[in-house]
Amino acid sequence: MHTETHTGLEAPKGVWWKPAHPTEKLWVGIAFAWCMVLFAMMPLWHWKGGQNPSGVRRRVEPAAYYKRVNEMIAAYKVGDDRGVPIVAPPPGSDIYLAAMTYQWSPILKLKKGAQYTLHLSSLDVVHGFSLYPININFMVLPGYDYGLRVTPNESGDFRIICNEFCGIGHHTMVGRVIVEDDQ
Amino acid sequence: MTAPAVFRTCDVTGLKVERKAELLTRVNAVVSVVALLIGAVAAVLLVLTRWQAVHLLPADWFYRILGVHGMSMLIFFIIFFEMAVLHFASTALINARCVAPKTSWFAFGLMLLGMVMVEYLMWAGKADVLFTSYVPLRADSNFYLGIIFFAVGALVVTGVFFANLVVAKRERTYEGSLPLVVYGAVTAAIIAVITLLHGAIIYVPTWLWSIGVIKHIDPEVYRMIWWALGHSSQQINVAAMVAIWYMMGALTIGAVVLNEKISRSAFVLYILFISMASAHHLLVDPGMGPAWKVVNTSYFMYMAVLASMIHGFTVPAGMELGMRLRGYTKGLFDWLRRAPWGDPGFSANTFSIILFGFIGGITGVTIGTEQINIIVHNTLRVPGHFHATVVAGTALAFMGATYYLIPLVFRKKVAFWPLAKIQPYIFAIGMTIFTLSMTFAGSFGVPRRHWDITFSQAPYDVQMNPAVDVILAVVAFGGLLAATGALIFIAIAVVSVFFGESVGTIVRGTAVAGIPQGLTNPPLHSADVHERSAKLHAEAKGIGGTTPGTLVLVFVFLAAFMLYFFVNWKALSFIWKVG
Repeated sequence: MHTETHTGLEAPKGVWWKPAHPTEKLWVGIAFAWCMVLFAMMPLWHWKGGQNPSGVRRRVEPAAYYKRVNEMIAAYKVGDDRGVPIVAPPPGSDIYLAAMTYQWSPILKLKKGAQYTLHLSSLDVVHGFSLYPININFMVLPGYDYGLRVTPNESGDFRIICNEFCGIGHHTMVGRVIVEDDQ
Repeated sequence: MTAPAVFRTCDVTGLKVERKAELLTRVNAVVSVVALLIGAVAAVLLVLTRWQAVHLLPADWFYRILGVHGMSMLIFFIIFFEMAVLHFASTALINARCVAPKTSWFAFGLMLLGMVMVEYLMWAGKADVLFTSYVPLRADSNFYLGIIFFAVGALVVTGVFFANLVVAKRERTYEGSLPLVVYGAVTAAIIAVITLLHGAIIYVPTWLWSIGVIKHIDPEVYRMIWWALGHSSQQINVAAMVAIWYMMGALTIGAVVLNEKISRSAFVLYILFISMASAHHLLVDPGMGPAWKVVNTSYFMYMAVLASMIHGFTVPAGMELGMRLRGYTKGLFDWLRRAPWGDPGFSANTFSIILFGFIGGITGVTIGTEQINIIVHNTLRVPGHFHATVVAGTALAFMGATYYLIPLVFRKKVAFWPLAKIQPYIFAIGMTIFTLSMTFAGSFGVPRRHWDITFSQAPYDVQMNPAVDVILAVVAFGGLLAATGALIFIAIAVVSVFFGESVGTIVRGTAVAGIPQGLTNPPLHSADVHERSAKLHAEAKGIGGTTPGTLVLVFVFLAAFMLYFFVNWKALSFIWKVG
C-alpha cells in the first residue's frame, strides 16, 4: 500500500503512481469537501445574503461623471460644511459620489432603512472608498461607475476614508456620510 | 566549445557539485540578503511610523519607504533567493551541471541592474507610486524599465533552469524520476514563467505610456494584469517554499515521501489554478462581474487551496513517518517532542509550516472570499495576511534552508551559532504577534498604506476606536521583534559567508558548533527501513494509520479554519445591505 521508503531529495525509481495510504485519502476527501463548502458560500450569499459587491457597473468619462455629480448637488443641496456641499437626495434615488485628490464630494445625507444606488467614481487617480467605522470598502477607479445599492441600517455621522494610496495627501482625504433616523 | 564541467563531491550528501553552478547559487543568495537588509531597515522605519505614539517618518518619506520595503522584499529578496534555489535544484540536487553559465551571469547582471535602477529611483523620490504603481499615478520611466530588466533576467534564469534539467536527463545524471524537491522547484519555475510574462505584458505598455508613446492605460486592466504579476509572484514563493519544506524535512529529520502521486498531483494543481489569484485584489472593483470574481477568486473551486491543504498534511505526515521509522514510535506526538528543536534548520522550517497554514492560509482563503472582502479590502487585515504567508512562511523557510546552505554551498560554518539556534524563535514569535495584531487592527477598519490614522490634517475628525492605539503599539512591538530576528539572520549570513570559518571535512557523528546536526549527524534510515516500514504499516490501526499525530493536527487546523471562516460571514451580515 505504500511506495518504497525514500525522501524528497531522492529520485524515485520505477513506477511511483501507487495507491495512497488510507489516512491520506481520508484527508484529501475531507479537504475537497471543505473546498466545496468554501465555494458554495459565495453563490449562496448572492442568493440569500444581504451584502454583495455586484452593483451596476459601467464605463463613464470622468467629465461626464462630474457633470452628473453637479446636477445632483444642484437638485438636492441642503447646506455645506467647510466648502463641501451637503445633499439630501430622496430615498430610492441614484446618488453620486466623486473621489478626487484629496477630497470626497459631496457630503451625503441619507435616511436609515431607505435604499439608495450609491455611485462611485474617480475624477483623477485610483482611490479607495472606506466607510468608517462600519468598515465597508470598495475601489474607486477613474473611467468606471460603480453603482451599489446600499441600505443604511443605523443612523450616525460616518466618515469616508481613502484607503488606496493616491498621492502625498492621501491621509487627508476624508469625507462624510450622515444617516438620519426615519422620523 | 565550453570547458569541461568541474565538480567536487559533497562529503555530506555524496552529491556531485559543479563549481560554476555553485558560484551562481552563491551570488544570487548574497544579493538576495542585501535586498533583505534594505527591506528590513525599511520595515523598522515603517512600524515606528505607524505606531502613532512615535510617528517617526514624515508623510513623503513614509510612502517612499513603504514602496522601497515592498519592492525590496517581495521582488528583489524573494526572487533573487529563488534564482539561487533554481540554480541549486537544477544542478547540485541531481548531480548535474549548469549548461549556460555565461547566459546565467548575463541574466544575473540584468537583474542586478534592474534592482539598482529601481532602488535608486525610489530612494531619490522619483517613483513615489508604492509597490503597485497603479496608473494613472506616474513614476520616472526608468523605474518601469528597471522592473522590465529585472523580469527579463529572471525569465532567462528559468530558461537556464529548464535547459539544465533537459541536459541532466539526457546525460543520465540521476536514475528514475526527478526528486520531489526538484519537482517542486520545476513547479515554481513554471509559475515564474507565467508570472514574469504577465509582468512584461503590463510593464512594457506602462513604460511606453510613461515616455509618451501610448496615450492611455486603463486602470482596471492595469490592476488585473499587474496582480497576475503581483499575486502570482507570491505563488512562486508558495511552490518554492513547499519544495523547501520537503527538502528540510529530509535533511533535518529524515522525512519521507508518503506518496509521490499525491504530492506531485498537488504541485500540478498549483500550476493549473494558482495564477487565478489576481482576482483576490479585484473583488470590490467595478470592472468585473460576480461570476468572474467567484470563479477566479476561488482558483476554480478552490483547487489551489486543496493543493495547499494536501501539502499541509503530507509534509508533516512525512516528517512524522520519517521519525517513526527512525524509532520514535511512542504515542501521538513523541516524534514531534523529540525532534531537533535546537537545529535552526528544523525549527525555522517547522514554524514556517505552522504559521503559513494557521495564520496565512486561513486568513487568506477567508479574506479572498468575494463578499467577505467588503469588510477587509485595503484594511490592515490584508498585510496581516500576507506577512503571515510571505514572511512567516516563505522568508522563514528560506532562512532555515540558509542555515544548511551556508555549510553545504558556501562551505562555511554558521557564525554566532548560539544566536542562530534562537533566531527562528525570535523571528517566529515576532511575526506571530505582528500578523495577528495587524489582522485585529484591520477588523476595526484601520486602513493599510496610511501615514496618519489620527487624521490630524483632514477636514473632518475621525474618531478611531481607542483600542486601535493599543493594537498598533502591539503591531510595532511584534514588528520590531521580527525585524530584530531578521537583522540577526542577516548578520549571521554575512559574517558566515564573508568572514566565516571553513567547514573543512565534516566528520559524521561529531557535533560541531556552526554545523547543523542534520549534516554532522544525518538522519539516515537504517538498512532495514523497508522492514520497519512494513511493520509500522501492519501495526497501524484505525484511520490514523502510520501518522496519527499528524491527523490530529490537521483536524485542529480544519476546526480553526471553519471557525474563522464562519465568524467572518457573521461579521459581514451585520453591516449595511449592499448589492
